[in-house]
Amino acid sequence: MSTLAGWGRLPEPGTEHLDEDLERLTEGAVLSRGLGRSYGDSSLPAHAGDKVANTTLANRILSFDPTTGVMRAEAGLSLVNLVRLMLPRGWFPPVVPGTKYVTLGGMVASDVHGKNHHREGCFGTHVRAMRIRLADNSIVECSPDEHADLFYGTIGGMGLLGHILEVEFVLHRIPSQWIVMERERVHDIDAYLTSLTRAAGRWPMTMGWIDCVHRGASMGRGVLIAGRWATPDEAGATTPKVRADKAVPVELPNWALNPITVGIFNSVYYWSHTPKVTTSVMGPEPFFFPLDYVLDWNKVYGSRGFTQYQCVVPRAAGAPAVREFMDRLTKLGAASPLCVIKDCGPEGKGVLSFPTEGTSIAVDIPVTPDIQRIVDGLNEFLISTGGRIYLTKDRFTRPEHFRAMERRLPAFEALRDKWDPQRRLRSAQSRRLFGDKT
Amino acid sequence: MNVVVFGGTAGIGRAIAQQLAERGDRVCLLGRDEASLAKSVADLTARQPSQQVATSAVCDLEKPETFAPALDAAAQALGGFEAVIVTAAMFATQDALEADVELTRRLTTANYANTVTFCEHARTRLLARGGGWLTVLSSVAGDRGRKPVAIYGSSKAGLSTYLEALDHKFREKGLWVLCVKPGFVKTGMTAGLKPPPFAGEPDQVARDVLRAMDRKKPLIYTPGIWALVMLVIRNLPRVVMRKIGF
Repeated sequence: MSTLAGWGRLPEPGTEHLDEDLERLTEGAVLSRGLGRSYGDSSLPAHAGDKVANTTLANRILSFDPTTGVMRAEAGLSLVNLVRLMLPRGWFPPVVPGTKYVTLGGMVASDVHGKNHHREGCFGTHVRAMRIRLADNSIVECSPDEHADLFYGTIGGMGLLGHILEVEFVLHRIPSQWIVMERERVHDIDAYLTSLTRAAGRWPMTMGWIDCVHRGASMGRGVLIAGRWATPDEAGATTPKVRADKAVPVELPNWALNPITVGIFNSVYYWSHTPKVTTSVMGPEPFFFPLDYVLDWNKVYGSRGFTQYQCVVPRAAGAPAVREFMDRLTKLGAASPLCVIKDCGPEGKGVLSFPTEGTSIAVDIPVTPDIQRIVDGLNEFLISTGGRIYLTKDRFTRPEHFRAMERRLPAFEALRDKWDPQRRLRSAQSRRLFGDKT
Repeated sequence: MNVVVFGGTAGIGRAIAQQLAERGDRVCLLGRDEASLAKSVADLTARQPSQQVATSAVCDLEKPETFAPALDAAAQALGGFEAVIVTAAMFATQDALEADVELTRRLTTANYANTVTFCEHARTRLLARGGGWLTVLSSVAGDRGRKPVAIYGSSKAGLSTYLEALDHKFREKGLWVLCVKPGFVKTGMTAGLKPPPFAGEPDQVARDVLRAMDRKKPLIYTPGIWALVMLVIRNLPRVVMRKIGF
């Protein structure tokens, strides 16, 4: 039987349809899907027979105004192609996620955030209008002035209110094609949070890596990264090299990443940075999309697959909550070389959009027999802080936990009642978390 | 370079037209769906580094009377052209064709008789200006009589033979004829079929086609692995071909 899988490589039965013509493609479809970079089951069918529309062939730019930076494009246009085309002309999307292998439709449906969330909000903040195919097969245009409820529900709505056909959004003028980056090694989680807050005041882009294996006094040690676009003077006359991303030829065995190897990797990575603050000028690709350099890096977790746990701990819960979260994470043994932490700015207008003012923590967790216990443990603590998870990464959250952490769920369900009362549009994730029938 | 792309609104043709525009070539699209042509013209214009406006003209592979006017319109819009790329074609599964004789007539007419007719219109115009590129998408399906593509494949076999002869006859007059034989490529045309091993992406095929044009090659298989696959298939004995379902 054919299967579809997200980035975490845990498959569900199903097939996807491809077509250049989005209107034809989405007719009768129950779920749209782009490049399949959401980790969990949000882009997987609820039922093997459901029509899944793969939008990646619908990649046309329908208009671009070089005076305002407003672009309208079909939902399947990928960020990799958008950046490749527009960076040399001095334009860049106002918000990009950690990978360039995503489509415009996916960026809206997940309302992606980036290193500049504390300044620019999510991608949805920069969307002007959308063309959407609804569950009843009709097609409507929506914007903050027209069907505003549909517009804000679709931003971060995981594709559950309608198929995104076209997106109109704003690109930003950049002063150069280079990034100035500052890197600072930080010795524990409290110092980390202090540095992060300080950096957020001075830098438009911040994020950092932390060691989620190491315990004791220097738990949560890591490397903080801050950046901004370089001025033409700092950038010089050259342009950044376009990087050819490499494929991983083989899948690593399941045992390759374990608490011991990850501990060694993390220590080496941590100690490879000097305690001094270093500044460098680099291309935007390694800065924004460092992991893309290895195309199929999800294979390093082996055939068992993995999930990413990403949550935001609200500012109101304070630094002790983040420290407690790190303590539980390391205790639960969720070892992974990838743990990313950053500041989020205020909540956006997307009805179900993930970020809110606080600290976002993302950690890859290989799928082991313990996975449900780990996710449950983290969720139980998260609920006590008033925080929430990022649906785009999720595969294992229980519906009762989701309900407990998502006070906005009734508002979103009301939108579904209005735009899709029969719940025709659904995903494996909406079946799991919203209780959609198949 | 000024290029006419027939069938450039979707599939491999779209990818070729996009890459031409991105490298600064000027493109005139020929196609039958005016709404889709308009969207593709906008797309190519946005992709052109200097935002030179792409153009289009209506042309339908099933209506040979549209060929000459469309090429003339393209010549006018571009101020003459050096290359014509033909990616338009019809596709249907063997089951669908066997169930519908009229569909068989339409498909074989479009893919063979009409495509050759279009190429003749293009050839005379290119030769009149002293040569140029005539690139046509045929298929690996024409390399051998095979059960799953008996009718579609035969239409492409005739086309491939014609293109080979054109290359022999007109190369020294400066006409670079390229016969492209794509293997399975994941586009709207093959939607619903289960992709076999070595299935290609439109962008990758488009890159191969443009590189082959730059090198004035007469024939390419793309993705490249299909050259090897078809070498084996062309040399299988009849008794084996009769037994296998491929």
